Amino acid sequence: MALTKDQIAKRIAREVKDGYYVNLGIGIPTLVANFVRDDIEVEFQSENGVLGMGPFPFEGEEDPDLINAGKQTITALPGASFFDSATSFSMIRGQHVDLTILGAMEVAQNGDIANWKIPGKMVKGMGGAMDLVASAENIIVAMMHTNKAGESKMLKKCSLPLTGVNCVKKVVTNLAVLSIENNSFRLLEKAPGVSVEEIQAATEGDLIVEGHIPDMRF
Amino acid sequence: MITKTVPNVEAACDGVKDNMTFMLGGFGLSGIPENCIAELVRLNVKGVTCISNNAGVDDFGLGLLLQQRQIKKMISSYVGENAEFERQMLSGELEVDLIPQGTLAARCRAAQSGIPAFYTPAGYGTEVAEGKESRDFEGKMHILEHAFKADFGFVKAWKGDTAGNLIFKGTARNFNPNMAGAANITVAEVEELVPAGTFDPNHIHIPGIFVQRIFQGAKYEKRIENLTVRTRD
Repeated sequence: MALTKDQIAKRIAREVKDGYYVNLGIGIPTLVANFVRDDIEVEFQSENGVLGMGPFPFEGEEDPDLINAGKQTITALPGASFFDSATSFSMIRGQHVDLTILGAMEVAQNGDIANWKIPGKMVKGMGGAMDLVASAENIIVAMMHTNKAGESKMLKKCSLPLTGVNCVKKVVTNLAVLSIENNSFRLLEKAPGVSVEEIQAATEGDLIVEGHIPDMRF
Repeated sequence: MITKTVPNVEAACDGVKDNMTFMLGGFGLSGIPENCIAELVRLNVKGVTCISNNAGVDDFGLGLLLQQRQIKKMISSYVGENAEFERQMLSGELEVDLIPQGTLAARCRAAQSGIPAFYTPAGYGTEVAEGKESRDFEGKMHILEHAFKADFGFVKAWKGDTAGNLIFKGTARNFNPNMAGAANITVAEVEELVPAGTFDPNHIHIPGIFVQRIFQGAKYEKRIENLTVRTRD
């Protein structure tokens, strides 16, 4: 069975390590915060200016002066700090953030990513994504393996305008965990009940499959 | 002490004209200079360029200027929440320069600090890099970005004093401190204006030297764009 968005988030949460500062993008990445082990110390950064972001507020306790990058109302945990946008991107560009998790429309086998524009149709903008992917050492992309029409989003070459070049090293989809190395996707893990053949069929780019491919654990 | 107070928003926006470039603080609807935006709508200045991370929503924030076709060009990082914006952009009525959010903040800070240009890796190899100088630093490619130039900067703070010193609250801080002092004239609107000397100087986020005019906003709606709450167990 292909994974739900929550399951993708749950698998990615296993990549979050003790002592990490983590930036979560909009969409599936936001869900990752719900599944991080509670016996480790992690701080979430939101690029609009908060480190130590907490859960959504209880009804009636929302504050218009306290939101995340998705403009959702949030809370701040003990030890949190607020800062201006330039300082926020000093944390990102200066590689002080340990892990970046973001969504994508397309990923290519050379590590290129596209997630901000569909020419003539949808132009929302890149927000902080270009700064994040250009500077982060440790990027995980959370996305669906194929689009609604069933076409692969794991490509030889991105067709949409790029957000960054040669930057993605790991992708977690509803079907598989993939790494990107030597200009190819490498299959690391598969979703329980999904076959290697199904993943192969859903991957337009070159896919290296070597040895036994374990099921994802959560 | 140098006094920066002006009596009201009309005085604060004195000198605003057609075809000017404005910087406006805020992220989404959080920390936007609501009172100055309302005055720009009332003045109905046309052909303006706005540097702002977002473009408001259809009926609030910069969306109000878009409705009146006051904006010629927007310089932003993310404009997803505004249907009228998208319509004007796709039809070609509105010129749009989408730039990375960190680059937007850094171009404000460069203007504030007298740095004409700087290199950043953000956008290298993408549309953003087209026509820009690029250069290798320690094996990594970067592109040259320039400081903004603007006629007026409109920032919003939580509290301010008569000397123009500013204190921000929560994530309403965002671009406001980076835009203070980045335009020829910086106008600060605050929720609470107090006499100079009230604040402990240790607690001031932005010193008054970066502010030319300060006033207390008549009212603040502080609209929430995306209310999300959890239920009590």
